[in-house]
Amino acid sequence: MRDDSNAKSMTIIVTKGTLDWAYPPFILATTAAAMGIETTMFFTFYGLTLLKKDLNLKINPLGNSAMEMPMAGGHMAMPNIVAALPGMTSLTTSMMKNMMKKKGVASIEELRELAVEADVNMIACQMTMDLFEYKKEDMIDGPSLGGAASWVDVAAQSDINLYI
Amino acid sequence: MADQVLDAKGLNCPLPILRAKKALKEMATGAVLQIDATDPGAVKDFEAFCRTTGNEMMEHSEANGVYTFLIKHTA
Repeated sequence: MRDDSNAKSMTIIVTKGTLDWAYPPFILATTAAAMGIETTMFFTFYGLTLLKKDLNLKINPLGNSAMEMPMAGGHMAMPNIVAALPGMTSLTTSMMKNMMKKKGVASIEELRELAVEADVNMIACQMTMDLFEYKKEDMIDGPSLGGAASWVDVAAQSDINLYI
Repeated sequence: MADQVLDAKGLNCPLPILRAKKALKEMATGAVLQIDATDPGAVKDFEAFCRTTGNEMMEHSEANGVYTFLIKHTA
């Protein structure tokens, strides 16, 4: 997306694909687009999973001591030894998703659709596609394929560049 | 008063902004959109939204936990 107007522009490099880390790039991209800012997202490494048709995002508090869940009026963090047990990832994922639904937080599916609707320019990293053997047909329609140079080209003309 | 009302109650960031933008896009220049929201963050966010986009915040108020904004579609 070329900046041939006076509009401001922003790029985001998206490198993470867990349920929690999927939020910042999509929230910022959709909001920026809504505020008239030309927005480009470059999906690389684990961020690329966010472009799969079937999103199956997960979260596990293992090794993340900052992750607390509101519980019984207080907050509780899960000990690593508990988080490492089989089945914990799906348990904590559904807890997080329920909490988000209850609080009126959009799903990633919804935010991604809004980003596509708002003409957010999406670039899927070709090298990561090859590395993890993703097929173009596994991905949503819309994103183009490109490499680091594609991002640099847009970023060099952008007002805001973020790495998430 | 408002030409259109957007119920954004119960929605959290960034949905009230995204829904408002979608509604404004369909509205004529000069038309006024009323937004009802319960997200306390919406107060600062709609001010920022208007500052960046150039739409005019005519007024905002709060009653019983519901924040009401009147935004004129000028940009």
